[in-house]
Amino acid sequence: MKSSPTNWLARTPYYVLTGGLAIIFMSPLIWSAISSVSPQPGSAQVDGFGFGNYITLMNYQAGLPTYLGNSVVISVLTVIFTLVVTTLGGYAFARFTFPGKNLLFLLTLSILMVPYATLLIPLMVTLKAMHLQNSLVGVALVLAMFQLPFATFMMRISFEAVPKEIEESALVDGCGTFGALRRILLPAVKPGLITVGLFAFLAAWNDFMAPLYLVGSENQPLPLALVNMRQQVMGVIDYGSTQAGVVVLALPCVILFLILQRHYVAGFMSGALKG
Amino acid sequence: MSSSTLSPAPAGLKKRPGSKKRSWQGLLYATPTALFVTGLFVVPIIVVLIMSASDWSLLGGNKGTNFPKNYVDVLDHRMFWDAVLFTLKYTAIATILLIALGLGLALLVQESTRWKGLLRTTFLIPSALGLASASLLFYALYSPQVGPISAFFEKIGLTEGRVSVLGTPDGALWATVFLIVWRFAGFYMLLLLVGLQGIPGDVYEAARMDGASRLQVFGKITIPLLRPSLALSTIMCVTGSLLAFDQFYILTKGGPDGSTMTIVQLIYNLAFESKRDLGLAAALSVLTLLALILINMFQLRVLRGSDEK
Repeated sequence: MKSSPTNWLARTPYYVLTGGLAIIFMSPLIWSAISSVSPQPGSAQVDGFGFGNYITLMNYQAGLPTYLGNSVVISVLTVIFTLVVTTLGGYAFARFTFPGKNLLFLLTLSILMVPYATLLIPLMVTLKAMHLQNSLVGVALVLAMFQLPFATFMMRISFEAVPKEIEESALVDGCGTFGALRRILLPAVKPGLITVGLFAFLAAWNDFMAPLYLVGSENQPLPLALVNMRQQVMGVIDYGSTQAGVVVLALPCVILFLILQRHYVAGFMSGALKG
Repeated sequence: MSSSTLSPAPAGLKKRPGSKKRSWQGLLYATPTALFVTGLFVVPIIVVLIMSASDWSLLGGNKGTNFPKNYVDVLDHRMFWDAVLFTLKYTAIATILLIALGLGLALLVQESTRWKGLLRTTFLIPSALGLASASLLFYALYSPQVGPISAFFEKIGLTEGRVSVLGTPDGALWATVFLIVWRFAGFYMLLLLVGLQGIPGDVYEAARMDGASRLQVFGKITIPLLRPSLALSTIMCVTGSLLAFDQFYILTKGGPDGSTMTIVQLIYNLAFESKRDLGLAAALSVLTLLALILINMFQLRVLRGSDEK
């Protein structure tokens, strides 16, 4: 591994190969970012560089703020639902015995077996019966449900990793189980919470299929609005504003990923190990 | 634990005193999970079974049972077998390419150095993107108007003028595969990297001492010991590809001429576009669901059973 000159020479093909691969992986993203501000025929940015495409996007139909707002509401609600349900559930599965415990855990995990795509049509009907059709809350509930297998599993493991003694001493001191959960256990399972929250956020932010089935035009999140924008102007597709939209969608994900990379990889590994 | 309780528990039934109270509390903490699982998972499964046996149109609602008409009609639908075949073909191509490339990338970045850490991040960044955003990005990348790929094909004389890459059945298939490989290769790299790092270093050392060549080490040590990770990656990749939707909906909508129609795209079309028949779409959903459960069980047996020896 020492980098003597001969070693360097021998490793040059390796650097050329991996460097080339890295460029191939990055180039679509870079191309998209550049072409969103480049002059293009048929877009708002006909000559010179600038933000014309972003302005088009800003004013498209209900406007970028509305669609972005829908995306934020769906994502935040999904994260909240997932965290609340799986913190309580993970605590229950890790620390308590109750009738039906194993059955419930198995049912939760079996959500993994049932593909998303085959459940959306009945979910449409079920949400309508709950008077949640065409609502952002409905979409968030569905997205949170699909997060449950991984998130419950993750939170159960996190709680199990905390030594029982810590919590018992709190219980002896007159703390209820909820007090112990809030004061002692929550800080201890923080890494698990971050991983679960991050996964839920990225999944909800990026989801396209659930809103496609479940909401009408005024409640579209940004991915769905972008796809529809492209289709509505058949023939003259405004690629410029499509690219601007891709940048707006991708930027938060890439930044979040770079900041929380360590958690993402660690969380992913503990999730993957179960296989 | 015992000090926190007063209520006597029936001996023999519960493990420790006080578990009765704790049992009641556990149930309370698990209630939200139970509500989600029942309301949004168990009930919809029952609903899809009922819908699949009913005459249920998108706008007209439920008009009563018609079992087994929907199932017969689905199997008889002109697109059905084409969609099954295309989905299988796409799954085979995507799985082979993704696992091979994922493994290749994992081997390239296996040791931890600064350069390799940077490479890992680069390969992983596309996985942070949503599949829908990635598909929209590639939709523009492939376009005849602004896309560099179409321009490149024209320049090297492969096509006459600017032609859409997505315009021919083969072009549409491989363009989609390319997008998927770009989006998911890093993800499978990471999965396989976990497996590679689980192989103890002294196993390699022993092999090297015995004079094994690089190729022998790879074939006789790395691959067999990597089997659990390879199995997991394959199952995930097969399942994901069989359910492909976003990328085809955005890039091709099943075209040209239905040549890239996947099963899930067909479910969508039956429900909302061509037929507007929710019963028919539900029947196809149930068939897909059953097929996937069977395929997953089969894969688990084959891939895991053989390394339990």
